[in-house]
Amino acid sequence: MKKRIGFFDFTGCEGCQLTVLNLEEQWLELIELVEVAAFREILADTGEALDIAFVEGSVGHPQEVRRLEETRSRCEVLVALGSCADNAGINALSHFCEPQRLAYSAYGREVEGIEKTLPRPLSCFVKVDARLPGCPVDGEEFLQLLQALLVGRTPELPTYSVCVECKLGEYPCTFDQGTVCLGPVTRAGCHALCIAGGDRCRGCRGLVDNPRSHPYRQILEEHGLTVEDILSEFRIFNLPPEKS
Amino acid sequence: MKIELNHLARMEGHANLVVDAVDGAIKECRLDVVESPRFFEEILKGRHYSDVAPIAARICGVCSVSHTLVSLAATEQALGVVVSDQTRGLRRLLSHGENMQSHLLHLFFMAAPDYLGVSSLTELARDRRELVSRALRLKKTANDLVRVVGGRAVHPATTCVGGFSVLPGVAELQEVRRNLVAALADLEETVALFADFEIPWMARETEYICLRTEQGYPGLDGDLFSSEGVSCPVARFETMISEYHQPHSNAKFARATRENFMVGPLARYKNAGEHLSSMAKKVAEALGLNRTTVNPFEANYARLVEVVHFLESSVHLIDGLLLKGLKPESVWVPPVGGKGAAAVEAPRGLLFHSYAYDEKGRIESADCVIPTAQNLGNIEADLHHLAPSLLHLPRTEMARHLEMLVRAYDPCISCSTHLMKIDFV
Ligand code: SF4
Ligand code: SF4
Repeated sequence: MKKRIGFFDFTGCEGCQLTVLNLEEQWLELIELVEVAAFREILADTGEALDIAFVEGSVGHPQEVRRLEETRSRCEVLVALGSCADNAGINALSHFCEPQRLAYSAYGREVEGIEKTLPRPLSCFVKVDARLPGCPVDGEEFLQLLQALLVGRTPELPTYSVCVECKLGEYPCTFDQGTVCLGPVTRAGCHALCIAGGDRCRGCRGLVDNPRSHPYRQILEEHGLTVEDILSEFRIFNLPPEKS
Repeated sequence: MKIELNHLARMEGHANLVVDAVDGAIKECRLDVVESPRFFEEILKGRHYSDVAPIAARICGVCSVSHTLVSLAATEQALGVVVSDQTRGLRRLLSHGENMQSHLLHLFFMAAPDYLGVSSLTELARDRRELVSRALRLKKTANDLVRVVGGRAVHPATTCVGGFSVLPGVAELQEVRRNLVAALADLEETVALFADFEIPWMARETEYICLRTEQGYPGLDGDLFSSEGVSCPVARFETMISEYHQPHSNAKFARATRENFMVGPLARYKNAGEHLSSMAKKVAEALGLNRTTVNPFEANYARLVEVVHFLESSVHLIDGLLLKGLKPESVWVPPVGGKGAAAVEAPRGLLFHSYAYDEKGRIESADCVIPTAQNLGNIEADLHHLAPSLLHLPRTEMARHLEMLVRAYDPCISCSTHLMKIDFV
């Protein structure tokens, strides 16, 4: 029997789901291998049991928490799709603003308990079985992860940093242009896409496993930075553990 | 009788539709936006100008190019940066790519299933494989254009304050051009398909607003223009359009001359259709679309007409850029502060950002006015207008019609909830 997969979205920009849809022909092949049973952006949900649920976006509002729990209860494997789901993504930034200022910007008045309902990663509320970081996710990596899950393998993410992919691509080091780059401590898998685009890495794929013992620490030291300095830059796409 | 549809399908973001009729009269008819807030205007505060567009892009995955371009333009206004013709050309190309990408996604994946009597396009993958392949092929061509110019199909990476940090390759642009030309055959088939659809009839006149210039179809420049005959420079946006809250919704609403107004493809087509390419005009004719229309369902036709126009215009743009030759430019950004505002035509309509920067180039305040927020009042007014004529229908049929009406606006809820009003439980 075909495995049933579903896509669910919470608070985010839907860029990750869009990236999956952008697989075009591969998407067409994919829907022959699996049954896409839920994908609100393109079809109505039937509410049945699923083998794999891909969940995009962060979760904050109590209603969203309930919907996430309901999604969790009807799937075997739950995958955090993209930075928002995995580590709060861009929503992490709201945790560093003053809650009352946030309330004012949104509601024009003081609101109680706004910190409690700020967007958080899925893992703050339910068990997450696999993660696919990135803002947005990488389409090919999505296919690899799905393939692994379908054959019952545990999906693996690269353990090395974006610096490695940057060197492989022979791009000039961003630090040499006087710009701070999060490549040395960010998990690879994007082929250093932003650096190839002439920008810097902002760490959307989250931290490598052991940032402090990582070889690319040297690059930071050469430019007078410590791993701690760079970790404090990490909040554009990542919620630090103490905030979640 | 009460109809409540939660988490409407085939839309961007989450919204609930509530219709309540008593004794044949509509008591309540509204669209509730239920996503949680993301506070973009607040989280942008303190960010360096080089981080602002990449953060603002994340307001919406479907319109990330538009958010990027308007954010860059507002920042450049504020900092007094003037961009080159080459940059302007490449940005227009990017914007065309996004408009096509988004329109095609809507037309095939969100709208077409209603008319083909299926719940999703993927249902047709076996029986009407050619149609589905065609949809994906067209969408891929538009995506490739965005990828080649912007570095990524969602959330561009090569765009920056002052221009582009990396230019597209000549060979890649040529290939995009070839594919665009080849896509015309697929577009022709698509026009034939949509011409056969029975678009529901409805007439409600409203105010139509878009950007307008003397030279061309609405895009990245010009003044605001309303079908009520008023216009104003983008910087004085607030004198024409004001935002307000509705208690039931998490998103904001807006009004201009009248109680509500429409932005988006139909508004652009009505206000500036004379600037469409000749092929696009022919397509409009073939679809029976005409500029006097006051039927919101015809927005889908306007979308398809725009795809043809943007495709043709992209081919010309690429030719122009390649003829002149792409040259790397160094971009100098003066270390000053200031205020700036800009507007672009996103796929769903007028998108406006305004910023204030301090003298270190960090954002002090930001304001973003999103197309769906501007359309929300108009969507509700249309729902109120249409619902009474549907009361004789069975519940599911009535709901289906109302849902189709909401969908014709292609509302983008993830984006409009950057600001919202909710009650915490
Ligand atoms: S991770 Fe990025 S692309 Fe994905 S939903 Fe969040 S903001 Fe959008
Ligand atoms: S370079 Fe960094 S910010 Fe860019 S996609 Fe890769 S991990 Fe994300």
